[in-house]
Amino acid sequence: MNFTLTLFYLFSFILLSSSLMVVATRNMVYSVMFLILCFVNAAALFVLVGAEFIAMLLIVVYVGAIAVLFLFVVMMLNVDVKATKEKANKYLPILIMTGIVLFVEIILIAKFSTLKLYSTTSLYEINANISNVEAIGNVLYTDFVIPFQLAGAILFVAMIGAIALTLKEDNKFLKKQVISNQTARNKNNSIEITKVKSGEGIDL
Amino acid sequence: MILNGIELQNFLIVSAILFCVGISGIFANRKNVISLLMSIELMLLAVNINFVAFSAYLNDLVGQIFAIFVLTVAGAEAAIGLAILVLYFSNNKNIEIDKVSKMKG
Repeated sequence: MNFTLTLFYLFSFILLSSSLMVVATRNMVYSVMFLILCFVNAAALFVLVGAEFIAMLLIVVYVGAIAVLFLFVVMMLNVDVKATKEKANKYLPILIMTGIVLFVEIILIAKFSTLKLYSTTSLYEINANISNVEAIGNVLYTDFVIPFQLAGAILFVAMIGAIALTLKEDNKFLKKQVISNQTARNKNNSIEITKVKSGEGIDL
Repeated sequence: MILNGIELQNFLIVSAILFCVGISGIFANRKNVISLLMSIELMLLAVNINFVAFSAYLNDLVGQIFAIFVLTVAGAEAAIGLAILVLYFSNNKNIEIDKVSKMKG
């Protein structure tokens, strides 16, 4: 067993155990902390196979932005843990069964896949002479420029959506449904029938 | 296929376990929506591990490019989900999954 394999086992053990803790912990703050540990260890796994850029992106984007956003929301909402503590989950056996069955299925697929029989022709081969960041940059900004722009558009829409959702009322940008106004409409005050002479038009 | 002494199967198994933990987390928690969102993040992380592992082992860069896009969508999803959550909490003062059954403006 060489050094890299030992590192792989170490990182994946921490990754999997902390992901279990994310699911199992009652306290939401601990849960987010274990999620951060998960992301850091996944980044370490990515470094082991030579995908440094994705690893750093994972640390910057996930740990730096998303996990902190989660932490912020958890602390802002201040959900009381005790109120939901006593309820035992009656679906726990079914849940464990589902997880195990799904895992066994995926393992069977991974074990008996015929992947090695396919002849793989790489479109964008990984060049060992240049760094990973440079290789990704060479491909991402040339051949994948339209998906890259679309990803930017998705982020833009998400940003606008999040701002529009969380803005307080009394602003003219957000149109909300007023149900009483809607049901109070009748034919007389919403429809007007006018005779229009041809060639003249009407003033609204 | 072996790269740096690690087999591809190892990565696939780790990613499979992570995905199953995420799915079980979605079924398991009946407490609040935040842990559901975190389970979704775990599943997306498993998908990313698969993409990057295949990209490294098949010597093709497209897997890593696609992982970047998965990361983008995960970020957008987390932002929108947490915004909806904050809005819901300010209206109803709880975020338990069983009680989140009406979403009326």
